Amino acid sequence: MCASPYYRMQFMMCAGTGCMASGSIEVKDALEKELAKRNLQDEVQIIMTGCNGFCAMGPLVVVYPEGIFYNQVKPEHAPVIVEEHVLKGRIVEKLLFKEEMAKDRVPLMKDIGFFSLQRLIVLRNRGLIDAENIDEYIARDGYAALAKVLTEMTPEEVIEEVKKSGLRGRGGGGFPAGLKWEECRRYESFPKYTICNGDEGDPGAFMDRSVMEGDPHSVLEGMAISGYAIGASYGYIYVRAEYPLAIQRLQKAIEDARDYGLLGKDILGKGFDFDIEIYPGAGAFVCGESTALMYSIEGKRGMPRIKPPRSAEKGLHNQPTNLNNVETFANLNPLILNGGDWFASIGTEGSKGTKVFALTGAINNVGLVEVPMGTSLKSLIFDIGGGIPKKRKFKAAQIGGPSGGCIPNGMEEVAIDYESLLGVGAMMGSGGVVIMDDATCMVDTARFFTNFSVDESCGKCVPCREGLKVMYDKLTDIVEGRGQEGDVEFLEQIGHHVNNTSHCGLGKSAANPVLSTIRYFRHEYDAHIRDKHCPALVCPDLIDFVVIEDKCKMCGMCHRNCPSSAIIWEKKTVARIDLDKCTKCRTCITNCRFGAIR
Amino acid sequence: MAKISIQDLKKIKEKEKTRMFLREGSFRAKITVHMGTCGIAAGAREVMTTLRDVIAERELTDVILTNSGCAGLCAKEPMMTVELADQPPVKYVSLDKNKALRIFNEHVLEGRAVEDYALARGSETVAT
Repeated sequence: MCASPYYRMQFMMCAGTGCMASGSIEVKDALEKELAKRNLQDEVQIIMTGCNGFCAMGPLVVVYPEGIFYNQVKPEHAPVIVEEHVLKGRIVEKLLFKEEMAKDRVPLMKDIGFFSLQRLIVLRNRGLIDAENIDEYIARDGYAALAKVLTEMTPEEVIEEVKKSGLRGRGGGGFPAGLKWEECRRYESFPKYTICNGDEGDPGAFMDRSVMEGDPHSVLEGMAISGYAIGASYGYIYVRAEYPLAIQRLQKAIEDARDYGLLGKDILGKGFDFDIEIYPGAGAFVCGESTALMYSIEGKRGMPRIKPPRSAEKGLHNQPTNLNNVETFANLNPLILNGGDWFASIGTEGSKGTKVFALTGAINNVGLVEVPMGTSLKSLIFDIGGGIPKKRKFKAAQIGGPSGGCIPNGMEEVAIDYESLLGVGAMMGSGGVVIMDDATCMVDTARFFTNFSVDESCGKCVPCREGLKVMYDKLTDIVEGRGQEGDVEFLEQIGHHVNNTSHCGLGKSAANPVLSTIRYFRHEYDAHIRDKHCPALVCPDLIDFVVIEDKCKMCGMCHRNCPSSAIIWEKKTVARIDLDKCTKCRTCITNCRFGAIR
Repeated sequence: MAKISIQDLKKIKEKEKTRMFLREGSFRAKITVHMGTCGIAAGAREVMTTLRDVIAERELTDVILTNSGCAGLCAKEPMMTVELADQPPVKYVSLDKNKALRIFNEHVLEGRAVEDYALARGSETVAT
């Protein structure tokens, strides 16, 4: 800043994107004109600053040296600001920020951990648009990225931008999207295809469903951009049939986009053809695996195949095909509009951007959260998730569904990014996070996920088909009281075998729930096997159903709630369970607040 | 709808903004009922029809009633967001027909947020 002329007053005006969008440049021009009219341009300096965050109240003008904060300033306010404040030294009251919200006790969004700690990129439109209205999507910069790509960028430049961003596949594989597109572009064989994987088979995961239902156009736009980049003119969205609302919203979105010419021939008059079709799945988890998915679209049985050749070279109908997850595509509009460097500025060294998690289980704030990569699990559970309900304790977080591992209490400081999670024996997966409290049995949980994988195995590989069943049967023995010394070692051995020698992602990770629970909760397995006791009081055959007399507070809750009238109790006496009538339903255990039943 | 050009994209954005963003348009209040699968399962349709009926009954033309997808906090569905032109939006949680009516009468018509059912005031942090 130059020393002369000497300014007696300064207007700091926000020139961040938000204020510029609401007209800060026009306000600046009006102020300059007004000051020039009064010959005050050498006394008052206007400085354009960066965004100060208070975007909702822009355009903003902060007047120094007093530090008066004017908000929602319009060009027509310029004369009154100059006349009153600059010339007469009187503050323009009506432009001052009013603390409206201080009047009632409704907390502010910024003070609620669930909202304030999230950073929305994929979910940028959540709660704000009518999913069936294409104009509302456009109002929030929808299709502006596609327009930019078609007018200002070559396909190679688009790929470079995606590579620069560090965007990794959000479906669980974490493969760099830019590299996948680059490879697919290389193959000179047409037609090429781009596919959106909306199968979302992980139990408990619903991130993709939420995007497909709530912001379907973001997926369409991302797919069109990928089509342009790789040279594909047709795309498929594979949506599981269990998501009828998602299919309906996507279908409406496709029709509206076609009507506007944003899909179809000669999009936006730029000579680019691209159209999309929805292909519903039919309930098989294995069809979420990309090669199985492509066979499914071809009308064949969904079974993974050997790679090479990778799908980028020979995929759907043996043509070069790109496949990405819903969330990966939903990232593209902001990525292109703000640039790869911007995207890469969020997250960690190896994991850029944000990730959407479906936070479920024993947690207060069940829902969908989007946080920058590198956020700690602790922050996710306690600050965002609001902690564990019913005053229970955090026991473990299962991340990655049936392919994932658990992270136990004591390791919550772990950062949530691809590498860190692999390092502790878990994996990012598609983003399903199940929080477990101390009333959860880890052996039972491992058995649950193994059962899922047994059902969903396509059957092609012996280790997966037979090995998982063997593991499941062994786990059943353990929870029903037939566990023997050596069973844990046996599970580990078979588990490693399944993981190492199965062909596809399902098999390669199916033993993870068992292996990681053994790693961190070995004592629980031992208690099941050696003591024939389930410490979490979940496995009915390993519970004694006996009241611990010195813990019983004689409240009678167990007696009142027992559906089999199997508990004998009178006021001021310790309860007693009649084992002949007891059906082991565990209602007494869930109702006892004092842990008095073992 | 005719096929659009890039200039049309900008025009649609401007036009839609006056409808969507209260500050720039002529509406006094905007109510968004969150209707993702979670909301619908919890009873958002009833909240929606209740509000639609009461707005029609009173023949109000300065109140926008719209819906959106999941708002993120599935544990507290059904949810709705009420925004008056001169206030930041307020998110209401765990709603039913009666709570929705009370919020409509006290907040939308009389401008006072209903603290008992409100979760938070303000908008989410969009990273861009």
